[in-house]
Amino acid sequence: MSKVGKRVQIRTRLASDRVKDFNEVELPISEEEAIKEASRDIKYCVAPCMNRGCPVNVEIPTMLKLVSQGKIKDAYESLITRTPVPSITGRVCQQEIQCEGSCVLDKLGEPIAIGAIEKFVGDWALENGIEIGVSSQRKGKSVAVVGSGPAGIVVASELQRAGYDVTIFEAFHEPGGVLTYGIPEFRLPKRIVRKEFEKLKNVGVELELGSVIGTTYTVDELLKNFNAVFLGVGAGRPMFLNVPGENYANIYTANEFLTRVNLMKSYKFPEYDTPLHIGRKVAVIGAGNTAMDAARSALRLGAETYIIYRRGRAEMTGRAVEVHHAEEEGVKFMFYSSPSEFLAADGVDVSGIKIMKMKPGEPDRTGRPRPVPTGETVEFDVDMVITAIGFYPNPLIPGTTPTLKTDDHGRVVVDLEGRTSIKGVYAGGDIVTGESTVIEAMGWGRRVAKTIDKDLLRV
Amino acid sequence: MDITQEGTILEKKELATNIYEMKLYAPKIAGAVHAGQFMLLMVDEKGERVPMTIVDWDKVRGWIDIVYQEVGTTTIKLTGLKDGEKLFYVAGPLGKPSRVGKFGKVVVIGGGVGVPAIYPIARALKLQGNYVVSIIGAKTSNALVFEDRMKEVSDELIVTTDDGTRGLKGFTSDALRELLSRGRRFDAMWSVGPTLMMKACSDVAAGNIPNSFASLNSLMVCGVGMCGACRVTIKDKILLTCVDGPEFISYDVNWKELAIRLKSYMREETVSLEMLRGAGKL
Ligand SMILES: Cc1cc2nc3c(=O)[nH]c(=O)nc-3n(C[C@H](O)[C@H](O)[C@H](O)COP(=O)(O)OP(=O)(O)OC[C@H]3O[C@@H](n4cnc5c(N)ncnc54)[C@H](O)[C@@H]3O)c2cc1C
Ligand SMILES: Cc1cc2nc3c(=O)[nH]c(=O)nc-3n(C[C@H](O)[C@H](O)[C@H](O)COP(=O)(O)OP(=O)(O)OC[C@H]3O[C@@H](n4cnc5c(N)ncnc54)[C@H](O)[C@@H]3O)c2cc1C
Ligand code: SF4
Ligand code: SF4
Ligand code: FES
Repeated sequence: MSKVGKRVQIRTRLASDRVKDFNEVELPISEEEAIKEASRDIKYCVAPCMNRGCPVNVEIPTMLKLVSQGKIKDAYESLITRTPVPSITGRVCQQEIQCEGSCVLDKLGEPIAIGAIEKFVGDWALENGIEIGVSSQRKGKSVAVVGSGPAGIVVASELQRAGYDVTIFEAFHEPGGVLTYGIPEFRLPKRIVRKEFEKLKNVGVELELGSVIGTTYTVDELLKNFNAVFLGVGAGRPMFLNVPGENYANIYTANEFLTRVNLMKSYKFPEYDTPLHIGRKVAVIGAGNTAMDAARSALRLGAETYIIYRRGRAEMTGRAVEVHHAEEEGVKFMFYSSPSEFLAADGVDVSGIKIMKMKPGEPDRTGRPRPVPTGETVEFDVDMVITAIGFYPNPLIPGTTPTLKTDDHGRVVVDLEGRTSIKGVYAGGDIVTGESTVIEAMGWGRRVAKTIDKDLLRV
Repeated sequence: MDITQEGTILEKKELATNIYEMKLYAPKIAGAVHAGQFMLLMVDEKGERVPMTIVDWDKVRGWIDIVYQEVGTTTIKLTGLKDGEKLFYVAGPLGKPSRVGKFGKVVVIGGGVGVPAIYPIARALKLQGNYVVSIIGAKTSNALVFEDRMKEVSDELIVTTDDGTRGLKGFTSDALRELLSRGRRFDAMWSVGPTLMMKACSDVAAGNIPNSFASLNSLMVCGVGMCGACRVTIKDKILLTCVDGPEFISYDVNWKELAIRLKSYMREETVSLEMLRGAGKL
């Protein structure tokens, strides 16, 4: 396949170096590399990457063409009509099943490194201080965006650009949602998230931190002060295994562990005040993105780290490249293993796990073999456990807004365009879909921003 | 003093040894708070997110009051701040309001800094027309706070100290047992204080008082239901103190587990304190 050329090699720092700190694992590609890689794009391709692969339909051929011509600023302008934060999506999208997974070159050779190019363009714009343009025609209408995760970022950015006055309400002391408290520094440096918010502020988006909607202000109160309210509050409530001993000390949910590490910077304790137990031997339960992030963080804190998963290798749901990086760094995997009890020798601190050995059974709803218990259990000594088995939708707003319709999973019910059961209130992202991806949440953000614009034009 | 910013310290005063009352300018929180709710604060950018009960407030003037006991890094840093300085972050109100209503005869029990914390609950119960008997306790007379304010909102007030330097000698739970043994009957009970105290009171009340509520003090990180740090087992179900509580029916609480989880960071807390000492801040 000489005609399609070789894919740019994406370099990473050496595994033995990177486990010593929280700095970014992947190295950036250079401008020359980006141009060369973009030039591999096939002319007259029907671009399934854009139409079927990317959930927000980034105009990938246009972007690639501009990059190949060295017009990076124009490429950025084109990108941000679909993803306002290419430096983030380029880093965290699950490209192998999205854009790159649908690239025709995936079958002919190697797919274009769309993610790496997107990241390059986004970083270039940040470094060169390119601001996002906003309409000088203000509409004199205001929108409240609740939650500053990917869904909220997109709604705020699109509507501010279109001429609305947007205020973001965020419960935490830093904006970004999972981008800030969940995804670790070594995958997504926080300075990038902060810079993206600076850009939003520069175009006039107001950011109110420490505002917990539902209690600080109710949704009704927001409706009195804004023409529309968008709920992008995510799927934050952790699920539990519900097995005996789950509440012993040093058993964390991944959200608690990652929040302590990422948001509260406990890895710099005691320079930062928030403490964190640092285990010598850590078991992470689960095998999605959250589990990989937790495992690789624990590893960086010096622990011998195991992923314990009830299914097999092929069924892991995390980004392929993260699983690969985790293995390179020395995370060990135990498949077909499911905790049936946590043990604490002193009655306080966890000291071991009773693990039920599983085997693949009949396919379940997702088409994957259902894990069935074999009846055989083993005991595994650990001094810290992190559970990463999933999230429920954040309950705070549904719990304080009785007229807001939710389904039996606690997800906010919306129509195809993002309208909730309350007039003037819209929702999107994980609170609507349940735990999903950054770019799916952004896709919802785009859709709902259009709906809000349409509805507000009418009134 | 620039008091236009949420989280500005209006006034700090020492109520007793190591116990301080702090008035904060926080109109957003003051405008929404109900008895039984709490707030989260961070002293500075590197600080911990720490929960504090809102013990008093003025919706019109926009202030809230917290009362804290100096026990570790954050609370020591708080004492180091001066009037007019601003906390890095405040958020609230958080948690569900206390289930105050018209019960009839009620007993409210506070221990240590749990006394200020139960004050707004007692006040609300009184306002609802309940007959309020309050039991407040401390280790010793010098550590007793809010006695006057509790008197104002109680029909009867009983004071206990562990060493007998003021009021009855013994624990609040002893005073409760004594009341019950004298045939006093209550329709509901509230307790706020150390875990051991709340458990002891709950044990005494079991079988005697139909409704008993305790406000739990689990360790917290987020305060908004996404981290699971504050989880407690209530009747075999894992719930989150910050969003499902902090008030739970005391008979349903797995107290042993709560005590275990409160011990999680003993080692690290000592390290953090030593660092503060090393930096000459103590
Ligand atoms: C550890 C981890 C790693 C992940 N890795 C990836 C990845 O590599 N790639 C990928 O595509 N996806 C990944 N995901 C999934 C992805 O991050 C989420 O699908 C996405 O962030 C959802 O976006 P959102 O805007 O709906 O909500 P969130 O990002 O959850 O943001 C919600 C925000 O709302 C705030 N909030 C909640 N309630 C209130 C309230 N009442 N008032 C005010 N504010 C409130 C929260 O504090 C939060 O900031 C990961 C998830 C986790 C947890
Ligand atoms: C809902 C809620 C309301 C609270 N209200 C108040 C209040 O009104 N006034 C007040 O003084 N405190 C209150 N607390 C407890 C307060 O949050 C802790 O005292 C505070 O976190 C201590 O921080 P620190 O850094 O100073 O001490 P740390 O260094 O964190 O701890 C020092 C010592 O205090 C103990 N400790 C820490 N947190 C708790 C806790 N949550 N419960 C019991 N012991 C603890 C530690 O085990 C340690 O021995 C409340 C807690 C909750 C969950
Ligand atoms: S937004 Fe994500 S899925 Fe879409 S093109 Fe960019 S990296 Fe690919
Ligand atoms: S599918 Fe691949 S080759 Fe075709 S336009 Fe998209 S990136 Fe280019
Ligand atoms: S403190 Fe995080 S869930 Fe309650």
